[in-house]
Order: sequence, then C-alpha cells, then structure tokens
Amino acid sequence: MGETVNEGSWVQVHRVILPAGQRAPQVPEETQRVPLELRAKGFLLGEARMGDEVTVRTIIGRELSGTLVAVNPPYGHDFGAPVPELLTIGQELRELLAGRRGGRGGAAGGGNGRGGAVGGDA
Amino acid sequence: MAQDVGYEAVMARRNEIMKKAVGIDYNRFAQGPLAFDYERMMAEVGYSLDEIRSIQEANSVGHTPLIELKNITEVVRRTAPAGKGARIFVKDEAANPSGSFKARRASVSVYHAQAAGYKGVISATSGNYGAAVASMAAMRRLAAIIVQEVYDSRGLGQPEIVEKGRACEAYGAEVLQLTVGPELFYVFLLLLEETGFFNASLYTPYSVAGIETLGVEVAENMQDHEGRNPDVVVVTHAGGGNVTGTARGLRAAGARDTIVVGASVDLSGLHMASDVDFNRKSFTTGHTGFGVPFATWPDRADVPRNAARPLRYLDRYVTMTQGEVFYVTEMLAQLEGLERGPAGNTSLAAAVALARGMDEDRLIVVQETEYTGAGKHPTAQLTFARQNGVEVRRGDPRENVPGKRIVIPETPGQIRAQEVDLDRMRRSYIRNAVEGTGLKRTGQIELDFLREETNAPKDFVVAALSDLGVAVAE
Repeated sequence: MGETVNEGSWVQVHRVILPAGQRAPQVPEETQRVPLELRAKGFLLGEARMGDEVTVRTIIGRELSGTLVAVNPPYGHDFGAPVPELLTIGQELRELLAGRRGGRGGAAGGGNGRGGAVGGDA
Repeated sequence: MAQDVGYEAVMARRNEIMKKAVGIDYNRFAQGPLAFDYERMMAEVGYSLDEIRSIQEANSVGHTPLIELKNITEVVRRTAPAGKGARIFVKDEAANPSGSFKARRASVSVYHAQAAGYKGVISATSGNYGAAVASMAAMRRLAAIIVQEVYDSRGLGQPEIVEKGRACEAYGAEVLQLTVGPELFYVFLLLLEETGFFNASLYTPYSVAGIETLGVEVAENMQDHEGRNPDVVVVTHAGGGNVTGTARGLRAAGARDTIVVGASVDLSGLHMASDVDFNRKSFTTGHTGFGVPFATWPDRADVPRNAARPLRYLDRYVTMTQGEVFYVTEMLAQLEGLERGPAGNTSLAAAVALARGMDEDRLIVVQETEYTGAGKHPTAQLTFARQNGVEVRRGDPRENVPGKRIVIPETPGQIRAQEVDLDRMRRSYIRNAVEGTGLKRTGQIELDFLREETNAPKDFVVAALSDLGVAVAE
C-alpha cells in the first residue's frame, strides 16, 4: 500500500531505541511509559514504500536502518505569530527614554515596589 | 567480533569507549577516589592561550565586538536611585562563525580531533554547540555527527532545537534526533564505538580552554575602551563551561578583582527527563535544569572528569524568569538594534537588574550574545508555549511559574535578579562528592580539593563534612 518512494530520495527513518517500560531506571514515570525513539535522515537505498524497513545513506555516508516515515520532511519551525504582550514594549521604552512616564498607560509600578521609581530621575 | 550493543552492556563499557574517543587518560590526574589535579589536567591536556588564539584566528573565531548598550543603560538609570545605574556592555559573540561563543569551544575540540588523526567528530548537544562543531568540522574537512534531544513522545519538536538541528545540517553534519531521555548517552556511546570518531564533548579541557580567550578579550576590550577592567562580568550559566572558561580567561588577563556572576533562567519544578515537561519550557539552555546540577556535581558529564567546574569561579549566582529574558530580548532589539538570543540574553536580563544597584561609573559586561532565527526567537517560543497550554501575560515577573505561566514584565524596573545561595550549593556539592565516592574520612588532599572545588574556606568544608558524618584527618 502507499506510493513507491524512489531510490535516492531524501527521507526520514524512525527507530525505537528502548521500548516503553525498558527505559533507564532514573527517568520519571511519564517517560518510563513511552519509548526512546530516534529519527534520522538520509538518501534511500533501494525502492520502498512508507512504513517499510529501509536503509539510508546519511549525509556523511553512513548507513542507517529504520522504518520509512517521511519523504523530504519540512523543518516546519517558524517565527510563530507576533506576540501582543511583546508588541508594545519598544514603544513603552522609547517613551520612558523620552522622559514621559513609562509602563502601559501609567500602570507603571502600581504596587510593584521599585517600579514606582520609573522616570523618577529623568 | 560482535559486541553486545544492549543498553546495560554499552553503559558498562563507557569508560573504555570514552578513553578511545577522547584520547585522555583521566586516571593520570587522580589523587585518590575523590580528588584529582584539575590545574595539571588543564595545563597538560589543553593548549596554551597563545596556541588557542592562533587556532581560533585560523578559523575566524573570536575578536568579536564589545558594544556599549547606551540606551539600555539609560533605561536602567531611569528606574534606579540617583547616581545608580552601571554602564552595560555586551560582547557580541553572535559574530562568530555559527553565531555563538560555542565556536570558541568547538574550534579547539575539532582542531585537536584533526591533529590526533580522528576522521570525524561526534557531539551530544541540543544547543548552539552542535552548529559550532558542525561548522568547525566543515572548515577542517572532518565528518560530524550531532545527537540531539528534540522531540516529545507526540513527535513534537522543541522549535529552538529543531532550528539548531537545521543549522547543523546546513554545515553538512548528520543529525540524529531523539525523544526525551538521558539514555541519549547510550546512543552516543554506541555511535562513538561504531565510528571511532572523536567525542567533541562540551566538557573536555579543549572545549573549556577554548572559552578562556573570551574572558581575555573581555578584559582587553575593556582596557582599550576604558583603561580598566570590568567591575562585573555576567555569564549565562548552564553546563558550567561558560563560567569556568570566562573566569579563567579573566584571571589570565589579570582581571582578578572582576566579580563573576552566573545567571540562569529559573525552570525550577520542571523535570529535565520528563516527556511531559519537555515542551512546557521556553528555554532549552541557560537554565537551572543544567545550571544547578552541573555546579553541584560537574562529573555527571559525558567525560570522566569535567573541565567545567563553575563553583570554583562563581562569585554570585542569580536566576531570572523566562518572561524577564524575553522582555530584555525585545529591549535589545528595540533600543539597541541588535536582534539576538533569546537564551543567551539571560545574562543581559541579570545585568539590567544588577546595574540598577551599582554606581553610574561602574562597568558591567554581558559576555555573550547568540544568533536568533526561526524557532529560536521570543515570538516562536511564546507561540509554542501558548499552543502547549502555558499562559502568557504582562504583569509582575514574580508571578511566573515555570511550565504554567510566563509573565512579561510591565516595566523595566520589575526586572529582578533572584540570588541563589551559593553556600547551599557548596554544601550540596560536598554531599554529592561524599555520596558519589563513599568517602568515610578525608585527609589533607581531599580537604584541599574540596576547598578549591567549592571556593570556600577550610572551616566551611570541615563543618559540611562533619554534618555528613565524615571524619576529617589532617
């Protein structure tokens, strides 16, 4: 089942290194319940289908085997979304430097001890 | 001859595997079950400062700019009592190849690997050090393998570590990505055995000596700028190498009176080996999950004797909250035009807090920055935190709860360094030393060693040993 993956494709393989319940004694319960898994990438040796046991040649030329789980997987990480809690910090600090009272709409230092000194010696 | 590659068997061969993969006979420096001659190890195994400088210059490592953060200093002064607010400087270590001070460590490790005839290097690291090793290996035409802890059991990768893995691949390294757990070490040992590669550990004398140039440059740069040594140097502290190497370099440059302050992000309450806690933290290094255990028992590392021994060098140790570090990261970008971090800005957050209590003519140096990028950025981390059920809001950073709530300060005046009791850590170190070696009585050698290790007076060490029921014979 599934499409054939061509020899030489850049793929990801997956292997269980230690099964659940056979983890090192010092790991906490929640980790003990799950396996230690390894993911690695390389060029596929031979034709295969997803889920097959395959061998890959890694970028430095070593051979590794595992279950074929992805073809050319994207990195997927990004910058996330702008964070509202960070968006106004620059403006607040520039206002503070310009000599106006810092903080958010005069909230500076409310009950925060030394925060009340904001702008005090401007 | 097929060897048993099962977990127990490989772990039992760890010393033998390590000896081949590091090429250091650590027994040479032993002075009994507990003590060893640290300075002799550093002197005999490592390279001289001059040699390290020339190795690093050949790889375009070091000589990074020291930048005065004038706008941040002014912000601090506006939140400080009159006459207070030290001048803050930052060493822009992001200017190194691979974007962090870790290039200093990797340059010496990889140089040594090549000189000793290894065909490749392996490093177990989820941090910037992986990219540094990969980058240096590329320059020296050696193969590199980086082993990372990156996923939880859902297959969800910590964005910062995913980015670091990408960077390793960009430099041509093979990256092996594991789920959470200390058994990474087992995979690492197996790889060393299979490949015969060099263990480019973070904790060899090579790696730690590579950072000494950073301490030297901080002193030299400050001499050039101001004609004197800095009063305080703040160091982001995790495994201990950054503190150790920087402090040794400062001393080598004659800056003996400079106060060395370690700073870590407070992740107390989160278990470092927990599959659940793993993706509930927004910092993957520079935090107390490494900082405290590595200071109180350095030899938990991937080499028998860790060259990073931070308690010898720390004058003060403070913690900062995640929200405070994100806030100063924003401050650095918005007021100084430097988009860096975030984890490396832990020391900047501490510097902002410490500068407020120091006189205006004092000089405080933040000794690193690191490159920023996708995944490795406040917006990436806070987006990820929210997706994982962590609350993010503005407020008093004291309301921060690691893994549950990130509080972004409302004003710079709310940034506070939380002092860690170093005497408590010293006692904890002594307890670990006694329990780890089964020590029942100590002689002069052990006593001297513990005094040096904890940078504490004899009376302190004797009292701590007595509390543990250890007899002290002099």
